[in-house]
Amino acid sequence: MSEKGTESIQSPLGKVKGLGAAHNGVTHWWHQRITAITNIPLMLWLVWSVVHIPAWTHQEFVIWLEQPVNSILMILSILSVFYHAALGCQVIVEDYFHVEWMKITKLIGIKLFFFALTVTCIFSVLKISFGV
Amino acid sequence: MAQFTLPKNSKIVEGTKFTAEDDVKRKKTFKVYRWDPEGGETPRLDSYEIDLDKCGPMVLDALLHIKNDIDSTLTLRRSCREGICGSCAMNIDGTNTLACTKSIDEVKGDVKVTPLPHMKVVKDLVPDMKDLYAQYESIEPWMKTSSAPPDRERLQSSEDANKLNGDDGHGPAMCILCACCSTACPSYWWNSDRFLGPAILMQAWRWLTDSRDEAKGERLDQLDDSFRLYRCHTIMNCTKTCPKGLNPARSIAEIKKLLASRA
Repeated sequence: MSEKGTESIQSPLGKVKGLGAAHNGVTHWWHQRITAITNIPLMLWLVWSVVHIPAWTHQEFVIWLEQPVNSILMILSILSVFYHAALGCQVIVEDYFHVEWMKITKLIGIKLFFFALTVTCIFSVLKISFGV
Repeated sequence: MAQFTLPKNSKIVEGTKFTAEDDVKRKKTFKVYRWDPEGGETPRLDSYEIDLDKCGPMVLDALLHIKNDIDSTLTLRRSCREGICGSCAMNIDGTNTLACTKSIDEVKGDVKVTPLPHMKVVKDLVPDMKDLYAQYESIEPWMKTSSAPPDRERLQSSEDANKLNGDDGHGPAMCILCACCSTACPSYWWNSDRFLGPAILMQAWRWLTDSRDEAKGERLDQLDDSFRLYRCHTIMNCTKTCPKGLNPARSIAEIKKLLASRA
């Protein structure tokens, strides 16, 4: 736990050891690297597709998104980008927020926000794709 | 909560000016951070104009000339004067380095000297290193073995020894623990209560890569933490500032690779 702003009589070694290692670092790091790599082809596809959509009408876009390849790639993009963004935002909060309750509130908020965003976007793609 | 102004002790005011005599040929001004936490005054930058012909070529020579001949109240650490003890680590001309190996000629204009950044100050140029030493102790920087000790010393091939010393003599075992790297790292500035920092992580790697050590798994377990190790965002200030030319950033990357390989 953070000891910032307080002078403690706890031994320096006791402070450093704190609550011990959380054993969660490598998973987070690994997932962030993997999604960083998967984002590259998915974003290239998205930019290429946006540039090559014949006309920017609602109907044209729906026709484009209805195609299974485009629907699947769009869902993969949503998963990869939002998961990567959630991991990145978590790092920013952990880096810069040192008031414990504020940090925990933001970390939970970030997870809920990106989860809700992901579900909403995937639902929208599926709705168009299956035409229901 | 957000803090929009610097705390009182982070505001540095102009201090006393010591001027050299008019007939001095080679003058140089040193602006040196002065603060006594127990004195109740705001930190100040004292300005010392010195005669370069009266001291040696290094910044430490100038600081000792100031202490010996101009202002004996200046406080600093120094010991070996040849870049091997790490005592005189400080921020000179905006970069963390060793005062004993930093040539005065390298600095254009006035020489600004401040303590290692973002450390508690004991007095003037002396930072409080006790937390950093506790972090060093926490990685258990000694050989750990469970096999029975051999009759003689534990052997190591020259290739394995080179992993510690470096093929070019710049391996992790060459670190003198001066803390220039850790105190140059923004991640260490913000989270030094939990992030071990480049100096200590390079020592962690020094033991992980030692072929004689038998506690790699335990050592990795202790490092697998989003704060202890993964606050490193590869900013590279550590490697850029190391006065010994070592590469703490690479050591940290090697630890991350090792952890990923067993994930």
